[in-house]
Amino acid sequence: MSIWYAICNLLPFQWLIMNFMKNALLAVLIMGPLFGLLSTMVVTARMSFFSDALGHSGFTGIAIGVLCGSVAPMYWAVLLSVAFALLFTYVKGRTSHAAETVISVFSSTAVALGIFIATLNGSSFTKFNKYLIGDILSVTPSEIGLLAIVLLLVVILWALASNRLVLTAVHPQLASSRGIPVRGYETLFTVSIAVVVTLAMSWVGLMVLNSLLVLPAAAARNIARNLREYHLFSVLGALLAGILGLITSYYLGSSTGAVISLYLALYFAVTFCFRKRRA
Amino acid sequence: MNHGHHHGGGCQDACCLKIEDLSVRFGSDPVLEHIDLHMHCGQIVALIGPNGAGKSTLIKAILGQREYEGKITFSPAGGGSEKLRIGYVPQSPAFDQGDPISVLDLYACCLSRRPAFLPVPKAFREKVLKSLANVHGEALIDKRIGDLSGGEVQRVLLALALEPMPHMLILDEPLSGVDVEGMELLMDMLDEIRKKFDLSILMTTHDFSMLERYCDRVVLLEHKILKKGAPLEVLSSDEFARAFHMGGGAV
Repeated sequence: MSIWYAICNLLPFQWLIMNFMKNALLAVLIMGPLFGLLSTMVVTARMSFFSDALGHSGFTGIAIGVLCGSVAPMYWAVLLSVAFALLFTYVKGRTSHAAETVISVFSSTAVALGIFIATLNGSSFTKFNKYLIGDILSVTPSEIGLLAIVLLLVVILWALASNRLVLTAVHPQLASSRGIPVRGYETLFTVSIAVVVTLAMSWVGLMVLNSLLVLPAAAARNIARNLREYHLFSVLGALLAGILGLITSYYLGSSTGAVISLYLALYFAVTFCFRKRRA
Repeated sequence: MNHGHHHGGGCQDACCLKIEDLSVRFGSDPVLEHIDLHMHCGQIVALIGPNGAGKSTLIKAILGQREYEGKITFSPAGGGSEKLRIGYVPQSPAFDQGDPISVLDLYACCLSRRPAFLPVPKAFREKVLKSLANVHGEALIDKRIGDLSGGEVQRVLLALALEPMPHMLILDEPLSGVDVEGMELLMDMLDEIRKKFDLSILMTTHDFSMLERYCDRVVLLEHKILKKGAPLEVLSSDEFARAFHMGGGAV
């Protein structure tokens, strides 16, 4: 970290003087590529609604963790949202309901359970606000280390499995005819999303988290012609929005997560204007 | 269920896929009963039958994705035995329009270990162009898959199914969602491919207009084989009329 601080001190930016801003910048630089990559697959696999639901289950996990007096409710949340992801995949494979119906069933149950547990015995809900709004400025060096490990794992996953994940998402029958265990890859991806969504929740905030998982790729799709451009535009957009969002929120004093999302929305609007017209 | 070689007459030395006394049950319901079928290389065989007749089940059994009783064996030309490689073109609705995935990317996803979001090596691009040439589709390489027409999707998937070169091609409803012009183009290509590579081609279809012109044999299936033979013979049979509730023997 001291190296990072030294680098930041070399930069002539007033907003970078405080250490918490240096931490936050590093976190944003890690989260940009992380969400940029994941978002390409979330959108291709049509899981944008699902990732939203995962955040809700993560919140329930935190509520359970707090109830049990756990010092690190985050791990409960990760556990619960992974369980939620697996259960969802199981139920979806065995009903004829549309995926969005099954997602809503799970997501509303998770939210209700979370609020129920959080307010049990008349407890105040305010201690959970940080998970709803998120506070990237509170990120600690060890948490940044955790984020970096997650990014590394996602990059490894992408290097090894992204071809198969894409094929599974765009044409499952073709994938299985080429010997790809479709169900296995779907589960692998769902679980990865569950872990990342939950870990990122306390910094980005449940309410805006999903915009990070959907908007970068949604914007990139407006202008990309192939997978290379898709990934590039998505990662660059997420990075740029992250950095701009952090700086803007420093000067305006509003929630960083929200400002980042707004920049991403702007990115979508701009790319929408330049989208490829189809024949 | 070993029948030895007594139906073997005529294909001892030819490249041939033999299906002998194949049955598939779903629970206690028989889906397919006592299917006997020989498919020779260089032939196009059409599998027809009403919905729910067991066409997809038969395909899955041949692909090894479904358990069955009976025997499926393959003997390459000149005798001996070789593991059967099947190129499969699954039933394919059009791709999602928004997906920023080019035909080249689709190839990379299917054939390459190298992540498709990295720049594509020149050699791989050449290989894809060569493969697309089999379906006269070189011009499609940089098109997004969502922008392909129904016929183009089928051609690209057909070219993909030839990588690596199989002994046999199976196409599931390749003509559905394809316009008449596209159908002729696709069937011309199948015809070309079977001659060029000496493949046996099995396709299911609900479109009977192409059968006479392009297929060597037609198999009418409804849980068992009702009729098999030359296209005209099957299409004018009473079995065909009954299976498709047409009454009389008219096509």
